[in-house]
Amino acid sequence: MNTIQVAEFGLLLPEIFVLVMTCVVLVVDLYLTERNRDVTYVLSLLTLAGAALLTLGNYPSGTTVAMYGTFVHDPMGGLLKLFIYVVTAGVFIYSRSYLRDRGLYKGEYYVLGLFAMLGMMVLVSAHSFLTIYLGLELLSLSLYAMVAFDRDSPTASEAAMKYFVLGALASGMLLYGISMLYGATGSLDIGEVGAAVAGSEDRSIILIFALCFVVAGLAFKLGAVPFHMWIPDVYHGAPTSVTLFIGSAPKIAAFAMLMRLLAESMGGLQPDWQGMLAILAVLSLAVGNIIAIAQTNLKRMLAYSTISHMGFLLLGVLAGTPEGYSAAMFYAVTYALMAIGAFGMIILLSRSGFEAERLDDFRGLNNRSPWFAFIMLILMFSMAGVPPTVGFYAKLSVLEAVVAIDMVWIALVAVFFSIIGAFYYIRVVKLMYFDESESDEPINVGMDMRLAISANGVVVLALGLFPGALLSLCAAAFP
Amino acid sequence: MDFERFVFYVFAIILIYAAGRVITVRNPVHAALHLVLAFFTCAGLWLLLEAEFLAITLVLVYVGAVMVLFLFVVMMLDINTSPLREGFIRYLPVGLVVASLMLLEMFLVVGARNFGAQSVAIPERHGADYSNTRELGNVLYTDYVYPFEIAAVILLVAIVAAIALTMRKRPETRYQDPSRQVSVQPEDRIRIVKMPAEREQS
Repeated sequence: MNTIQVAEFGLLLPEIFVLVMTCVVLVVDLYLTERNRDVTYVLSLLTLAGAALLTLGNYPSGTTVAMYGTFVHDPMGGLLKLFIYVVTAGVFIYSRSYLRDRGLYKGEYYVLGLFAMLGMMVLVSAHSFLTIYLGLELLSLSLYAMVAFDRDSPTASEAAMKYFVLGALASGMLLYGISMLYGATGSLDIGEVGAAVAGSEDRSIILIFALCFVVAGLAFKLGAVPFHMWIPDVYHGAPTSVTLFIGSAPKIAAFAMLMRLLAESMGGLQPDWQGMLAILAVLSLAVGNIIAIAQTNLKRMLAYSTISHMGFLLLGVLAGTPEGYSAAMFYAVTYALMAIGAFGMIILLSRSGFEAERLDDFRGLNNRSPWFAFIMLILMFSMAGVPPTVGFYAKLSVLEAVVAIDMVWIALVAVFFSIIGAFYYIRVVKLMYFDESESDEPINVGMDMRLAISANGVVVLALGLFPGALLSLCAAAFP
Repeated sequence: MDFERFVFYVFAIILIYAAGRVITVRNPVHAALHLVLAFFTCAGLWLLLEAEFLAITLVLVYVGAVMVLFLFVVMMLDINTSPLREGFIRYLPVGLVVASLMLLEMFLVVGARNFGAQSVAIPERHGADYSNTRELGNVLYTDYVYPFEIAAVILLVAIVAAIALTMRKRPETRYQDPSRQVSVQPEDRIRIVKMPAEREQS
């Protein structure tokens, strides 16, 4: 008779808490009228705060595998979970006014958001292919529904359909790769697969095939070129409050999935996936940065910018060293912070019946609100990688890791395309500061949104001025 | 022929008959009922294989829930099957080729050469006190408790998402409100109109 220790469930307390609270929110929301919807909102934020306290209270110092090898409690998972809570809280705060103005302020948005977050938590601390896949599906299914949330919008429905079909295709590829790995190694446990792959002297053809499918599935989920087709349409078509979510927290989870699948279970094949990731990274940097220049819609521009940022993230991972992994981790969390800030600015300028998603809507923002123009300036500079913002350190540490393994050419390519990319970020700054405003509508949003977006901008600047603490936390995750 | 083999042949004959009737009867309701019979007989065969948990699930889920739903749909929709049968002869050659190719492929992969009694050991027989359900539960709630619970959450998300995306408040739908029905006053229902008496026209 198998047994399971109750103490093992203690490691899962954050996940259990989030699940229980999500169900509570789901039921409580049924009894609320439209006017009392703020109760759902506050409960969701309290859930995030509680989960953060539970994660901090049992912050992992070493690696513990629990639940018969399906769950792992390690510093990387702990840190990433904390950032996922922070980013999700930002998403909830930013989207409240947007949803209310459009008659979408419903409990399901928060319930699905919390479920998606639970999926990310599962993914981040998965130690078995089974848990990776289930976490990924939990995340993706919630996101598909959230994209289609604005039921009467044809563009949102179209975006959801594309996202669903391509997401299913990517899941299928990933599963096919995983099934081949299972066939080759006879295990779904990441630790055992890692040992079996590292132990096999001759790289059998089945392992290489498995690697190809897994990398393709991962590239789909990350949105790396040439598997990036869905990103611009989905970002553009989804309601901005959902774009905000898709573009931020899931990237952190995707990084964790990349680490668990490639670095931990297929570390023995590192020379093989290094080349594949190098191709993906260079293509993503090139396509993302060059096509973004031609965009006049800010949401589409940020979508292409995401693609290029994913290229940078892949650079860190392909280095295959602890320095590279921690640099990529730093990149993932700081990118999520920048992305919610940038999409949050679109929400800030939008009002009922008007989407501030064109570049022209940012003209003369400095005259309307110098403070918010300054926040946007910080965010854009950070995305472009201008010091002293955090984006600079993120890019710098990734490039350092790549140079350290003597792949100077790829670092040069990355720098070259970043310079091209700087053009379209700085164009937004130019529009805000040097052009005349088209409207003089005052910016009218709630206090929570003002505080949150100000804090977001300040954090991006502060992490750039004092990156040491976060850098050392990321380094500690990969001893 | 021992009793077990006898039971097997009885179930197998009923199963083949029921499955054949599903695709040959003209009445869709009869076809659905034959499918119920096929599922039920199949569950009996699984019981013989000591897979009683699967057998119970098949009866509960497929016969109890899915097929009832199916029957509802079939009875509610007036399905005319005659257009579906058109061109049967015309498509028969292509269908036969495809079917025989599939049969050949299946034989090559799962034929007796790979899965016959020589290559796969005959599973040992368990005693009467052995419970397949208990064994499954034992694994499901220890080794796989974490994935199992996540799978349950995914199903919950599917329900929430489906309802959130499709349920709409319809203004034309009429609801019963018992408290209003109880507190209704006569004057809400009947309007007494006083009219001056009119003289009958001649």
